[in-house]
Amino acid sequence: MSMIFGVPLAVLSGQLLIGIINGAFYALLSLGLAVIFGLLKIINFAHGAMYMLGAMTTVLMFDYLGVNYWVALLLAPLVVGVFGVVIEYFLLRRIAGQDHIYSLLLTFGVALMIQGVLINWFGVSGLRYTMPDMFKGGVNLGFMFMPYYRAWVIVAALLVCFGTWFVIEKTKLGSYLRAGTEDSQLMQGFGINVPLLISLTYGFGVALAAFAGVLAAPIYSVTPVMGSSTLIVVFAVVVIGGMGSIGGAIITGILMGVIEGLTKTFYPPASSAVIFLVMVLVLMFRPSGLFGKEA
Amino acid sequence: MTMMKKLLTSAVASALMVGGAQAEMSNDTIKIGYLADMSGTYRDLAGPNGLKALEMAIADFGGKVNGTKIEVVSADDRNSPDSASSTVRRWVENENVDLVAGMVASSVSIAVSKILEENDKLGIISGSAASSITNEHCTPNHIHYVYDTYPLANGTASAVVKEGGKTWYMLTADYAFGHALEGDVTRVVEANGGEVIGAVRHPFPTQDFSSFILQAQASGADVIGLANAGADTTNAITTASEFGVTQSGQTLAALLLFLTDVHALGAETAQGIQLTTGWYWDMNDETREWSDRFMEETGVRPTMVHAGIYSSTMQYLNAVAATGSDDAQTVRQKMMDTPINDMFAKNGKIRVDGRMVHDMYLAEVKTPEESKNEWDLYKILRTIPAEESYRPLSESKCKLVNN
Repeated sequence: MSMIFGVPLAVLSGQLLIGIINGAFYALLSLGLAVIFGLLKIINFAHGAMYMLGAMTTVLMFDYLGVNYWVALLLAPLVVGVFGVVIEYFLLRRIAGQDHIYSLLLTFGVALMIQGVLINWFGVSGLRYTMPDMFKGGVNLGFMFMPYYRAWVIVAALLVCFGTWFVIEKTKLGSYLRAGTEDSQLMQGFGINVPLLISLTYGFGVALAAFAGVLAAPIYSVTPVMGSSTLIVVFAVVVIGGMGSIGGAIITGILMGVIEGLTKTFYPPASSAVIFLVMVLVLMFRPSGLFGKEA
Repeated sequence: MTMMKKLLTSAVASALMVGGAQAEMSNDTIKIGYLADMSGTYRDLAGPNGLKALEMAIADFGGKVNGTKIEVVSADDRNSPDSASSTVRRWVENENVDLVAGMVASSVSIAVSKILEENDKLGIISGSAASSITNEHCTPNHIHYVYDTYPLANGTASAVVKEGGKTWYMLTADYAFGHALEGDVTRVVEANGGEVIGAVRHPFPTQDFSSFILQAQASGADVIGLANAGADTTNAITTASEFGVTQSGQTLAALLLFLTDVHALGAETAQGIQLTTGWYWDMNDETREWSDRFMEETGVRPTMVHAGIYSSTMQYLNAVAATGSDDAQTVRQKMMDTPINDMFAKNGKIRVDGRMVHDMYLAEVKTPEESKNEWDLYKILRTIPAEESYRPLSESKCKLVNN
C-alpha cells in the first residue's frame, strides 16, 4: 500500500473525507456567525447555545410530540429562529450601535443562562436520538466505510450554505439587507422596514446554527453543553475567514475541518489546538482574515 | 520487666492519644467541603446528586457528631485542577474545612491531595479513576474509595482477552486518568497473552470521534479499547456503531462506563457491552432500599460514585465519633482499622496507601427485551474478589508502603 508520511493512502483519504464532513458543520455554524456579524455587527456568543437548542428541540419534539427527523429539519430552525427574533427584539435592539463588546457580553450571558437552565432540567449525560431508519448503515468506499448519514450531512450543509450565500450576495432581498445595515435611515426613507429586516436577519443567523444542531442530533450526544466547546472553534474559523465574509466563512469552515482531520491523523494531541494556531498565524500576517476586506 | 514496660508505654500512649484527641476537635463544627464537576461533562455521575448523597449520610447520622454540628460547603471544580486547587486552599487555610469529599477528574484529585498533604487535612476521593492516585501520587491525607483503573482493566480487559480479543487498539483521553487506564489495560492484555498494537490519545473532551474510529478500524485490531469516560465514551460508542465497527468484526471495550452513561445510550445501543463496576443499585435488598430513597430525593438511580459518597461519609463520621477527633491522621487511622460493611461494600478495607479495597463486579448491559425499565440495565456476570481486583501492595510505588 502506498504511504504518505507513514500513513497509508487509504487511511489518509478517509481522514480527508471525514475532515470535509466536519468542515461542513463548521461552515454551517460560521456562516450564521458571519451573517450576523457582517450585516448586524453583533458578535453572537449565543451561537453555540442556538446550535445546542436546535439539537435539543429535535430530540424533545420527537420524544413528546413524535415529530420526525424531516419535519424537525424545518421546524427546529424555525422555533429557534423565532426565539432569536425575540432575543433581538427585547435585548439586542437596546444596545444597537454600542461598542461590539456589549453585544458579545449580552449574548454570552444569554448563552450561559440557557445552558444553565437546561443542565438543571436534563443533566449532561445526553439525550437519546435514534437515527432515522433510511440513514442506517453505509457504503464501503474501499478506503473507508461511509455512513449514509454523513454523506447526507455534506449535501445538506453545502446546499444551505450555497443558498444563503446566493440570497445575500446575489438577490434583491440581499441587497436590501446589505444596504439597510450600511445606511438604515436612507433605507427607511425608501419605505423599507429596517428594524424588521434586522430582527429577521438575526433570526435567520441563529436558525442556521439550529439547522446544524438538527444535523448533529443523530450522531453526537445531545447535551446542554454541546455548543460551548464548538462555539470557540467556530469563532476561530470566522476570524480566519475574515469577520463578516459570507463566502469566506464557508470555504474556511471546510478548510479547517480538513486541517483538523489531518492533525488527528498525524499528531492527535494537537488536534484541539491546530485551528487556533492557524488563527494566530492569520492574525499575524493577514489581520483582516483570508477573505476579509481591509478595514 | 520488658512486658511491664510495654504495657506502661502503651497505656501512656493511649492516655496521650485520648487527651490529645479531645483537644483536637479544632473548632465547634465538623466542616465537609464537597468538590465536584457540577456543570460539565462529569456532572451526572457525581455532581449535585453526589451532594445529595452526602447530605443523606449526614441526615442519617443525625446531623451531629458527639454534639458537634456538621456543616457542608460545596463548589464546582469545572474539571480544572487550577480552579479546584484555589478552592481547596481557601477551604482548608481560611475556612476550617476538615474533609474534602467528592472529586471526579483524576487531575483534580491529584492536585487537591497535594494541598491536603501540605495542610494535613483529609480527602476522600469517590469519583476519580486513576490508579496512580494511590500509587505514585499517594499521600497520608487521602483515601480513594469507589474504584480505580486497575480493577477496571482487570475485570473488563481480562474478560475480553479471554473471549479471544487478542489485539487491541486504544482510544485514550489525553490526561492523567486516560494514561493510567491505558497503562493498566496494556498490563492486563499483555499478561493474558494479548497485545496492544496501537493507541491514539484524543483531546479531552472530544465531540467528533469519526477520525479516531477510522484509525482504529484501519489498525485491524480485534478490540477497540475506550480509555475515556462520560460523554467521550458515549460519543465514541455512538460513532463506532454508525461506522459499522461491530459489523466489521471488531469488538468495542468500554473500560469505564457509569450507569448514567449507559442510561443515556439506552439498552438498544449499549446492549451486550461488558463493563466493570464497583456497585450496582439492583444487587440486593440493601442496595435497592437505599437506591429507592436516593431516587425519591433526586429522581434518578444512583451511580457507584453516589453510593460511595454516602458510604464513605458515613465511615468518616463514625470514625470522628469514635475518636472524638477531627485530626486527619487520627481519623484516617480509625477508618483504616474499621472494616466497611454497609450497602456499598462487604468487608471493605482501607489500606495504608489510602486505597479502599472491596469486591468489584463484571457486568453486561441487558438487551431491550431483558430490561424491565429505563434503569434496569445491568446483569452481574461475576464478582471479582477484592484481593484479585486491586493492585497488590507488593507492586505499589506508594511512599507509604515499605517495599
